[in-house]
Amino acid sequence: MARGTPPAGAREGGDIWCAGPDSLQSVSTRDTDWEGVRLHVVTGKGGTGKTTVAGALALALASGGKRVLLMEVEGRQGIAQVFDRPPLPYEERKIAVAPDSATQPGGDVYALVADPESALQEYLEMFYNLRHAGKALTRFGVMDFATTIAPGLRDVLLTGKAAEAVRRKKSGKRVYDAVVMDAPPTGRIGRFLNVSTEVSGLARVGPIRNHADTVQRVFHSPETAVHFVSTLEEMPVQEVLDGVAELRGLPDGGIQVGGIMINMVRPTELPPAELRRVAAGSPDEYEHELALGLKAAGLDGGLRLAADLAAELTEHAVAAVGQEVQQRRLAEPGQPCYELPMIPDGMDLGGLYRLAAALRDQGAA
Amino acid sequence: MTELSVPPRLDLDRLIDDRRTRVIVCCGSGGVGKTTTAAAIGLRAAEHGRHVVVLTVDPARRLAQSMGLTSLDNTPRPVPLPDRAGAVNGEKTGGHNGTSGGSLHAMMLDMKRTFDEIVEAHADPDRAAQILANPFYQSLSSGFSGTQEYMAMEKLGQLRRADAWDLIVVDTPPSRSALDFLDAPQRLGRFLDGKLIRLLVVPAKVGGRAYVRMLNTGFGMVTGVLTKVLGAQVLKDVQTFVSALDTMFGGFRERADYTYQLLRAPGTAFLVVAAPEPDALREASYFVERLAQEGMPLAGLVLNRVHRSPAARLSAARSLAAAETLAADGPTAGQHALTIAALRLHAERMQLSAAERRVAEHFTTAHPHVPVAEVPAQPDDVHDLAGLGTVGDSFSTG
Repeated sequence: MARGTPPAGAREGGDIWCAGPDSLQSVSTRDTDWEGVRLHVVTGKGGTGKTTVAGALALALASGGKRVLLMEVEGRQGIAQVFDRPPLPYEERKIAVAPDSATQPGGDVYALVADPESALQEYLEMFYNLRHAGKALTRFGVMDFATTIAPGLRDVLLTGKAAEAVRRKKSGKRVYDAVVMDAPPTGRIGRFLNVSTEVSGLARVGPIRNHADTVQRVFHSPETAVHFVSTLEEMPVQEVLDGVAELRGLPDGGIQVGGIMINMVRPTELPPAELRRVAAGSPDEYEHELALGLKAAGLDGGLRLAADLAAELTEHAVAAVGQEVQQRRLAEPGQPCYELPMIPDGMDLGGLYRLAAALRDQGAA
Repeated sequence: MTELSVPPRLDLDRLIDDRRTRVIVCCGSGGVGKTTTAAAIGLRAAEHGRHVVVLTVDPARRLAQSMGLTSLDNTPRPVPLPDRAGAVNGEKTGGHNGTSGGSLHAMMLDMKRTFDEIVEAHADPDRAAQILANPFYQSLSSGFSGTQEYMAMEKLGQLRRADAWDLIVVDTPPSRSALDFLDAPQRLGRFLDGKLIRLLVVPAKVGGRAYVRMLNTGFGMVTGVLTKVLGAQVLKDVQTFVSALDTMFGGFRERADYTYQLLRAPGTAFLVVAAPEPDALREASYFVERLAQEGMPLAGLVLNRVHRSPAARLSAARSLAAAETLAADGPTAGQHALTIAALRLHAERMQLSAAERRVAEHFTTAHPHVPVAEVPAQPDDVHDLAGLGTVGDSFSTG
């Protein structure tokens, strides 16, 4: 498969569409596709399971005794739901433990629900020692102003918090090995991450400007990668392609595009050639064959049942062929693709750990 | 199976055919098929003889093209109605058909353009140019997360006043949460009407002397902080922008109130759109509760992408067992490969269907009186008028 510029440590292989699973890697010194990346930004179209994938990625990155911060920026309390917890405050707290294995210790996932108002308060305290300014600001509607309308300010506060967590050190050591940000949907991602340009209309000089420039440096560095989550449907895929192009086209060399996480992949029961044949045909061509098979299996129901099952089979094949098309489009940017299985009984904590394992198996973490 | 109260069925055809229905608002969280639902409703209503305009916000490219929308141009474009067998057949549609005088228009919202038009309509050319060039205005009109919602509502108001259509179908913006749609206009209104703005515009002229003194202590501190954090230029830009805006609007909130009242007026129907997934239905629940609280008329829930099976009489367990029987029998396994695949697929679909039902039941038990319409999952993405027509056909109760 043609990849544009595989990141350091990326492995070739897998099936013809995308980087496929690779099971030969239970040794503790394992290569992952994103060695050196410490800020993982996860975006995707609404409804593709962005928050779930961000949670799974955080778990996957934490295994091996790591400490990972999972950050949410849209105030939806999505992380709490994914990890089956009550709503989380603006505070870094441990929410999950990555499983340990024979060769590797477990790790810790911390979560932070960042909202612009708290981030602004914190910012004022940290840099200006303005502990009591918050109340006055709220009274005069400045909080409303700062967090809703000032161009880019809301975003720079949130991305600034992520950049701060990435860079934070305690006694000379990084506090977090990695930060995973459950970012806004793809439609807003370029604007969200390209803070420096966005605030330029707001502040040409001054502290906010400096702050934005620091954030900009972190985001444009090789330490940051933006992963896209998609399902195999036209619109989410289109958003991935548009989003990748947008990030690559940003000034200063763009922002590094990470992996493409294909979520809710359902297995097909037929080999590809057979799928195409069924998809192109009409259900009644298979009725007879199915009727014989049903009889051999000892099922009564005759031609009616055979006809109904043939219709289902055709529908499945049409959908699967359509998904193949989307899968090929997702390979176009030349980035590693990871497949995450559909969890048939509905997503829960167990499912989250399964997705984390799938990400590790495929080298995403 | 446990006995649960079955929710009343939402009859979309009846809603469409009722001439008193003038506005249908499709809302719900992102990625649930709002745009497709809005477009399918528009097409079907036109086929039922109504004069419809569909206001979409962010349609999929191919779907937009199929409706003749190639760019954001803020103008309703006529959509030629397809000649469909199902649509022109009078028996199903109660006598209406595609040629019985219905029409369909569609438009894509350009929020910046809509905002610019409001400015141009309310300010003299010089002042309008001044506002349009202000960095704060540019950010507000294209970046503010509530602007899209606000402008969608503004456009709805304009279309309603134009009175050229007898049904307006609105697709709401892909907000992070369904509730943004109700809150954003007020948030924007509150901001533009807020204390800070008032103070920035007329810091010295407010009320009596004592009031001014009291305000000034706090206000001095606030402007001090703002200057420190943002820089003095920013404050100046805001002041220029706000005073320019202030003279032209007799109150932004008034506009927000008008649209809000329009949403509550008789003739408006809200459809909450969801997919049978926990997140989407949780948002739908919030939205239903919120609409009730605001006294807004909810028509019902449209549950998109529901998987059903024409062979539901064959259970997942029996289907899987039969597949194994065939697979275990070495010599015949290859011969019956297709049947084995079909049986496994059927079992999977039955499981999926059951899981969806369980998720949907959380909603229906909490809101037993909300009518529900199920729209079956389409095997392929809906990207043309024929596909919209198929979705629309599932609205029929027959």
